[in-house]
Amino acid sequence: MAKTIQAPLPGTFYRASAPGEPPFKLEGDAVAVGDTVGLIEVMKSFTPVVAEEAGTLIAFHVENEDAVMAGQPLYDLG
Amino acid sequence: MAVSTIFIANRGEIAVRVIRAARELGLHTVQAVSAADGDMLAARLADAVAPVGPAHATKSYLNKEAVVRAALESGCDAVHPGYGFLSENADFAQMVEEAGLVFIGPRPETIRQMGDKARARQEAQAAGVPTVPGTEGVVADLDTAKAEAARIGYPVMIKAAAGGGGRGIRVARHEAELATLFPQASGEARAAFGDGGLYLERFIGRARHIEVQVLGDGKRAVHLFERECSLQRRRQKVWEEAPAACLTSEQRVALCDSAVRLAERVGYRGAGTLEYLFDDETGEFFFIEMNTRIQVEHPVTEMVTGIDLVRTMISIAMGEPLPLAQGDIALKGHAIEARICAEDPAADFRPAPGTVTGLALPGGFGVRFDTLLYAGYTVPPFYDSLLGKLIAHDESRAAAITRLDRALGELVVEGLPTTAPLHRALAADPAVRAGRVHTRWLEEWLAAAPLAVPLAAPASPAPTPA
Repeated sequence: MAKTIQAPLPGTFYRASAPGEPPFKLEGDAVAVGDTVGLIEVMKSFTPVVAEEAGTLIAFHVENEDAVMAGQPLYDLG
Repeated sequence: MAVSTIFIANRGEIAVRVIRAARELGLHTVQAVSAADGDMLAARLADAVAPVGPAHATKSYLNKEAVVRAALESGCDAVHPGYGFLSENADFAQMVEEAGLVFIGPRPETIRQMGDKARARQEAQAAGVPTVPGTEGVVADLDTAKAEAARIGYPVMIKAAAGGGGRGIRVARHEAELATLFPQASGEARAAFGDGGLYLERFIGRARHIEVQVLGDGKRAVHLFERECSLQRRRQKVWEEAPAACLTSEQRVALCDSAVRLAERVGYRGAGTLEYLFDDETGEFFFIEMNTRIQVEHPVTEMVTGIDLVRTMISIAMGEPLPLAQGDIALKGHAIEARICAEDPAADFRPAPGTVTGLALPGGFGVRFDTLLYAGYTVPPFYDSLLGKLIAHDESRAAAITRLDRALGELVVEGLPTTAPLHRALAADPAVRAGRVHTRWLEEWLAAAPLAVPLAAPASPAPTPA
């Protein structure tokens, strides 16, 4: 049963540490507690999105560099 | 060229500032808005708004093609770039001009010339403006480095030619230290950057940041005295003053005259700022770079000279000659600007966007607040954290600090934390009151005693308007 993980804070969501770098997680990847799944940029400062639960990353709800609001669905964990 | 409508290619408080100046000149405004900014104050104040793209700035306010297209489609004939974003982008200025619009700023070639630090340094030297003493390129070997360091004067910074962003820097206080550090630095530079080339520059440990405001019409230039912006955190200015109280009147004349020489040499058009380091132990000043735009801290200069910088830069862009001679510009009193940001100073300045649930703005004699805030506004997370700039002007520096503190005491922003408590602590600090600061002072002060202020905004209710 998939679970939807929400954005912990508002900002711009990034899937990689820098442009041109590989994404932190691909769809289908295993996610362990403490893994970085993405970054959220809030007012020019970057906060990692860290997994609080383990599982398999089924799908992202947002694209790289999309604007997100706190509580918005970020990714599905199965 | 006749201008009737200005496109505001920026957001926040500077967009509000430009709209006000344009309206006083009888001009219309069209405000650029990203998808996240439809309800910002500038969008409410402008005559019209024009979408420029999604929330993320690289896709909207930094998208040159989208901005120029929006300006043309909305029937504007001039573009004001504000500060940040595309304001110092020579290609953008060129695209604006090639589209047949007036760029409210310097010529694209001037932006390009002064944006290149090496070329700006050469122009400064040609204009007789002192630059930080250093070698004119890579130093071949240790013997040459010793000879050059003796000429430059210790302490010297050893910098990797291929480095950047502060990486690969060593400081040698005397020749023996240079002999140890030079080969080490070269080896590290080779390992880190694939190039062991080093150059030397004078190290100024206790520098103050002082900058001179200029206005030019492409032929003639004047200065509007200087500002001191030494209180910085992470290279971001926090508190700015005009004039710089640490200068003698002779030093002030030499500094400001040097800025006019450089501005006239490059045929500067519009409002610009020349940044210097000032060593108050030796009384020397050194040009470091030029900002070819209006700056965040321009209001302190407006308060002490009585000259509207934004209005003047618009009229210059419309082809009018500089309306001022140097003799018309006098310094009156002292002004201080405190940048109020949506950050929590008690939580390592964590950025804190959110909704403003209550607001009371300071006022009274000698107080100005340039802001993007209104009650009910939701500060978006996508941009800079600057909420507004509180400026206090009074007859003396001591009186201006007192007035700033009084005004800070009236400011109420409910719903999100702000950096106002930092400014109250600075206003109360004996070193700040005595003016004994330098560019690293604020970070050392914060490291020594982190601010213990409430996480949330002040709990006291906003005073009821009479």
